[in-house]
Amino acid sequence: MTEESPNLRRLPLHGIHLRLGARMVPFAGWEMPVQYPAGVMKEHLHTRAAAGLFDVSHMGQLLLRPRSDMAALGAAFERLMPVDVLGLAPGRQRYGMLTTDTGGILDDLMFANRGDHLFVVVNAACASQDTAHLRAHLADVAEVVAVEDRGLLALQGPAAEAALSRLIPAAAAMRFMDLISADWRGHDLWISRSGYTGEDGYEISVPVLVIEAFTESLLAMPDVAPIGLGARDSLRLEAGLCLYGHDIDTTTSPIEAGLGWAIQKARRPGGARAGGFAGAERILAELADGPRRLRVGLRPEGRAPMREGTDLFTPDGTPVGRVTSGGFGPSVEAPVAMAYVAAAHAAPGTQLLGEVRGKRLPVTVVPLPFRPSTYKR
Amino acid sequence: MKYTKEHEWLRVEGDLVVVGITEHAATQLGDVVFIELPEIETMVAEGDEVAVIESVKAASDIAAPMDGEIVAVNDKLVEKPGLVNADPMTAWFFKMRVDDLSVLDDFMDEDEYQDMIG
Repeated sequence: MTEESPNLRRLPLHGIHLRLGARMVPFAGWEMPVQYPAGVMKEHLHTRAAAGLFDVSHMGQLLLRPRSDMAALGAAFERLMPVDVLGLAPGRQRYGMLTTDTGGILDDLMFANRGDHLFVVVNAACASQDTAHLRAHLADVAEVVAVEDRGLLALQGPAAEAALSRLIPAAAAMRFMDLISADWRGHDLWISRSGYTGEDGYEISVPVLVIEAFTESLLAMPDVAPIGLGARDSLRLEAGLCLYGHDIDTTTSPIEAGLGWAIQKARRPGGARAGGFAGAERILAELADGPRRLRVGLRPEGRAPMREGTDLFTPDGTPVGRVTSGGFGPSVEAPVAMAYVAAAHAAPGTQLLGEVRGKRLPVTVVPLPFRPSTYKR
Repeated sequence: MKYTKEHEWLRVEGDLVVVGITEHAATQLGDVVFIELPEIETMVAEGDEVAVIESVKAASDIAAPMDGEIVAVNDKLVEKPGLVNADPMTAWFFKMRVDDLSVLDDFMDEDEYQDMIG
């Protein structure tokens, strides 16, 4: 199946993926495992029932090292995101998004305070653009270092804590969005209690030198199975999480995307450091008055999945929006989708029609997520 | 048993042609979650998109392999799309009546199909 694609980058675990029988596909410039022989459905359900191991080494890992002090770095970073950076305690991680001057989203990311620097994880497809953006805007306050000697693993699901604790005992006591450094066989792992499946779990930044051995140690546990990009997509969709380039992009604002929860009090009107971020005019106006359109969950009534690009209409035929992510939810056991619809039609319970292969099929607006998260707060 | 380039299998049953998808196709598609079948008593032309099969990954069409009339569809697949993955060679989609069964001579036999999928 795998075609020769000399321009694609290979993961440090490429050999393990091939040995496990993965089907490899091009994704964001990388050769990635989309599924293993178990298949998307079983991989998805295994993650919800036990523990799934994802190779997310394609994602960009960056260090922001302050030239003088963390406060100057935090203040400058806050000009690029509508997020409270200065208030993030050491050893804690937070979700954020780089915004454009017009209030769109350049990328969404996770950032962590590692005491004397920030650790940032960005989407693979945006990594080089993000690095340039950060270097351009943070040049005076920080050195922006692309981490090239580490891979990134995600271990997700109800058995993740027990599995990782066997190798790293300190993982058990972590809370959601904690980040620690831990020694494994003389190498420094950076472990956060987070992920992108809606399940409890961890993301683990592992030196390339030991990532194969560390992966084998996890895969040797009966509860841990390798999971491909296919199931990662259906898991995050059921969890109501945005996929950059699909559910969010430079045209969608954080408020339209329903990401207002990521804008802490300090950055809102009346807060200690209100506004002052790229796109504040639009974002704060939408926060006050409501956006024109909103990201919503959709449950098609029949069994036909409504995929990205499906046009949505009111029952009387007025166009009201479009699906940005959609498919079958293996845990929901039904099709699920996310879409942007005009604000007047975004209330849960609203009946709409989605056009699939020329037929307009009934669909209901529902609250997100489709499945409650199980984070260890 | 005959095979199309589009990874359908064709089996003759009396004067009818029974159509399904091959194990290779089912494996490539992954877990099938939705199937839409044609109306019975529909006249179709070769290449017409007559059925839809959606897996967790993507939607694809099943084209009529030849001109003819759809005379039966396998409603069980609509209820349990996973049957296609469980046993693709028995999970038939539809049966067609064709004017002349000799059109089947134009399709690949087992060996030729196996060569094609390599």
